Amino acid sequence: MLIKSIFGGKSEMTEAGSKKCPVVLMTRIRLARNLSDTPFPGWAKESRRKEVLETCLPSVASLGQMKRGISAEISSLSDLERQILVERHLISRELSSNADAAGVVISKDQSISVMINEEDHLRIQVIKSGYRFKSAWGVIDAIDTALEEQLDFAFSQKLGYLTACPTNVGTGMRASTMMHLPALVISSQMEKVVRAVNQLGIAVRGLFGEGSDASGSIFQISNQTTLGESEEEIVKRLSSVLRTIIDQEMNAREKILEKDPNKLYDKIGRAYGILQNSHLLTSSECMNLASLVRFGVDLEMFPEKTRNIVDRMFIECQPGHVQYHAGDEIESGARDEFRAAYMRKQFENVARPLFNLHETSTEDDTPKSDPEQEAE
Amino acid sequence: MAKPLKCDVCSEPATVHLTQIINNQIHKIDLCENCAEQKGITDPSGYSLADLLVKPESEAAPEVAALSCPECGCTQREFKKTGRLGCAACYETFASVVNPALLNMHKGDSHRGKVPQRALERATFIDRLGTLENGLKEAISSERYEDAARMRDEIIELKKAMEAAALED
Repeated sequence: MLIKSIFGGKSEMTEAGSKKCPVVLMTRIRLARNLSDTPFPGWAKESRRKEVLETCLPSVASLGQMKRGISAEISSLSDLERQILVERHLISRELSSNADAAGVVISKDQSISVMINEEDHLRIQVIKSGYRFKSAWGVIDAIDTALEEQLDFAFSQKLGYLTACPTNVGTGMRASTMMHLPALVISSQMEKVVRAVNQLGIAVRGLFGEGSDASGSIFQISNQTTLGESEEEIVKRLSSVLRTIIDQEMNAREKILEKDPNKLYDKIGRAYGILQNSHLLTSSECMNLASLVRFGVDLEMFPEKTRNIVDRMFIECQPGHVQYHAGDEIESGARDEFRAAYMRKQFENVARPLFNLHETSTEDDTPKSDPEQEAE
Repeated sequence: MAKPLKCDVCSEPATVHLTQIINNQIHKIDLCENCAEQKGITDPSGYSLADLLVKPESEAAPEVAALSCPECGCTQREFKKTGRLGCAACYETFASVVNPALLNMHKGDSHRGKVPQRALERATFIDRLGTLENGLKEAISSERYEDAARMRDEIIELKKAMEAAALED
């Protein structure tokens, strides 16, 4: 039942990417909040955790923003359901594996999710496709304020919102964007970028957060510090770093096209060939191929509508999703077979890439001013 | 050349120089090799200048390792192991450990962001109400009826204001 409703509607994640800023797949903000006078989930006894769940689940579910959404205790979900929620960034791996007295409420359009009894009592998250901090903040600020009417949050005048881990204290906010940086990866500049960015208090992670790899050249870039700056200042500082990364990526793209276009065309052409014809595909290979096709869309080698297929495949090639589509829990070898068949079908009607047409086309895709795109 | 520093404990020439910033105050200590070893400074698992400078019998600074939160029972050992605090009150209990660390991990040591306005208003209302109610009882028992009448009126006003605020939501 849960899975059906998840797959039924359109979601922010599968509609990602606006043409104005091809690099940023999606924007995400999360807030950590705790109830005052109750131990944090990691330290609370089972009975206190249950109390928190029983207080918070109905409070969150009753919000206007959560109307006709999904509200569930994690322990009532199957392994596959949990995995699918993780793959769609709606719950964390931590919540999925630590399911005692844990819950989640997800909005109908899957852009909002609130985890209960993760590391903190509440982890509120808003996801928006493309580069949209302002709109994501507007939504999450309203939810937080609405919850504040019903719940007393642990807050100190000096330290702000109190969180289980001191690294989140203050605003309790983690703002991030999911960025597609194929040219920086191809030209081996990513390590340099990560090092430079880390020094500015900005963290770079793989698609699935801490400890995950960066298959598909997708990186999650977020603020590391939460205390001493307002939410606005944090986002401003993060944005200026993101702006620089976008510029770097665009420069790298131009350089590749200038210096060795055939090498890139070869990669993109092969990726297209494999997606259309392979019979065994691992999720990581699939991510990398889809990434190259997305790069091709940015260079206008494929029609713009291909972008949606690719963005959907980033999620649907994950093991949980493959098993859902296969209609059965299948082991890894069978998944590779099924995944390849699924990709052949998805890319069957995608036209052959057009080469040698767009040596200068990256120019047009570069956002000239603030990349913040507020168009809905 | 500057005069060689002497060990703060035994006055031998000091070869180990430590600087720690705790609550925005710089603490410096110079030790000779022997004393440094005795005090466990060579142990990378951590030490605190406060422990070194404060004599064990001092009441002012209880030994940090023995700290445990009166609210939730979380100990400093637990915090060190997991990096997570037990409850909101732990921030006060372990302030001597957490606050210096906050400066290292963040851009500052005070909150500048959003404030839960409604919750704070609610808390202020309730605080004020408690004070007034106590005052009223006291005024009545000591037969200061004018004061009592004033406080009763104020309580009525306050309760009205609270209800009005609740209705606005």
